[in-house]
Amino acid sequence: MDVNTTYDVIVIGGGPAGIAAAIEAYNENQGKVLVIERNDSLGGILPQCIHNGFGAINFGNDLPGPEYAHRYEMQLNELPVDVMLDTMVVDMTPELDIYTMSSEYGYQHFKPRAVVLAMGCRERTRAQIRLPGTRAAGIYTAGTAQRLVNIEGYMPGREIVVLGSGDIGMIMARRLTIEGAQVLGVMELLPFLTGLRRNYVQCLQDYNIPLHLSTTVSKIYGERRVEGIETVKVDEDLNHVPGTEEFIKCDTLVLSVGLIPENELSRKAGVQLDVRTNGPIVDSDMATNVPGIFAAGNVTAIYDLVDYVSKAGEVAGRSAARFARAQQAESHEGSRVVRLKPGANVGSIIPQQIYIDDLGDRDVYLSMRPNALLERMVKVELDDGGEEVMSFREQYARPAEMIIRKLKARDIEKLRASHGAELVANIS
Amino acid sequence: MSEQKQGDYRTRTDICLRCPQGCEVQTMLGPDDEILNISGNKCKLGREYVEQEIRDPRRVLPTSVRVKNGTRPLVPVWTPEPMPKGMIMDLAAESRKIEVEAPVHVGDVVLDDWRGLGIRLVASGEVERAE
Ligand code: SF4
Repeated sequence: MDVNTTYDVIVIGGGPAGIAAAIEAYNENQGKVLVIERNDSLGGILPQCIHNGFGAINFGNDLPGPEYAHRYEMQLNELPVDVMLDTMVVDMTPELDIYTMSSEYGYQHFKPRAVVLAMGCRERTRAQIRLPGTRAAGIYTAGTAQRLVNIEGYMPGREIVVLGSGDIGMIMARRLTIEGAQVLGVMELLPFLTGLRRNYVQCLQDYNIPLHLSTTVSKIYGERRVEGIETVKVDEDLNHVPGTEEFIKCDTLVLSVGLIPENELSRKAGVQLDVRTNGPIVDSDMATNVPGIFAAGNVTAIYDLVDYVSKAGEVAGRSAARFARAQQAESHEGSRVVRLKPGANVGSIIPQQIYIDDLGDRDVYLSMRPNALLERMVKVELDDGGEEVMSFREQYARPAEMIIRKLKARDIEKLRASHGAELVANIS
Repeated sequence: MSEQKQGDYRTRTDICLRCPQGCEVQTMLGPDDEILNISGNKCKLGREYVEQEIRDPRRVLPTSVRVKNGTRPLVPVWTPEPMPKGMIMDLAAESRKIEVEAPVHVGDVVLDDWRGLGIRLVASGEVERAE
């Protein structure tokens, strides 16, 4: 089989990160760029996210997901970038050999000069949260339910309970109500809402859908189809509180219990992952540990705003194009590398390392996921052995909202003036 | 929104939707719904929001309608201008009866001036015509 070595940059995944990466990879270098997408259209998850809430940062407009994707697709279509739809990447090596399968093109082997990983994420399923009970039909992840209702035009059920108060769970609770189903309640294991408060108002309150905090589903009833569930309260340690069980008659359970970056391919290619983000460890260029492999978007960490996914894609695309042009890793020789570690109240941070002297005019977005709910003014700081290097204030810190700071010139100066090889991010 | 009554006076609590911060705004209202006191809003948009909520609460409806002869059975639509909250379920029910002919493009008006109220349903996605 012939090896196709004509591409400078191959982007794996045609969602928001991949499209932005392809556009910027082309604009940087005018080289040959290919997007490989396993679905029959571009846009990733956006075509099924028909609610508004996208584009406030990048377009200054509150758009529905499909329209946000469409705008980027139009930009991509203007460029001589190749796109292969309905194509699966089945294997990838650390030497950038990419093997693909598709009904149209068959089995193919590519060897580009650089790769951007933009495979996005997948949903946690019932098995991963160990939900006991029967294997009855009528249990869907929120994303599957969303695809059924919004793309295929099929209702998953009539009387519905949602487990998980993440944004997708709340948005689906509203969506199913709008389509005529009865959503009996949203159950949240934690003592607080895990999605955005505005979604609590406009998705649950507005439609009189009750939210039950510190509550989970303990049993599923029904042989062939779900006939009901049992809920139970949980204590501070998330243990079931006996005697608080309640039966709810329903025919459908929708699970919104978290997202995980999709990194099977990354592993095959020898990309090193961060146990906290479940995504590749990336530097300020969105480069992974494997020379020539870059990553962006939900494959690196779960974002809550697509606007920043696109921005990360742009950074990765530009870096990949530069790598392709130089035919080697950009020399960061002489530049100090600073590693970033999550500290107090910070669950994870990307990028995990910064080439502090080599930033030039590059955009660096420090993206931190708080792991505590602090409803007051907070200070976010990067510390070098306990000493503050740089800091900024935020109105609050919530696990539902990533804190994102685009590094400013004076932030970078301060980082340069530090000495340590490792900085710790703390929220206090 | 939640509300407490004390004689002629009422106190309502709203979560402001104007930005992701979602401030919890407490408002004391007099007998004629006049705002006597407002707190919890971190900026003036919070007051505007509550005033609008009292007068005429509005929301955006995102939904979908059926497509005839399209490559997909549905096209997503929305009300780009927020519409009266109390009518959302009516419009949702109405939109379930709408069927449009493919192709449909972003920005196509699927329903115009609903009930003479200037409310529009506009396509937010693309559906090609099936050959
Ligand atoms: S009051 Fe201001 S800061 Fe608070 S949620 Fe509303 S717009 Fe945002």
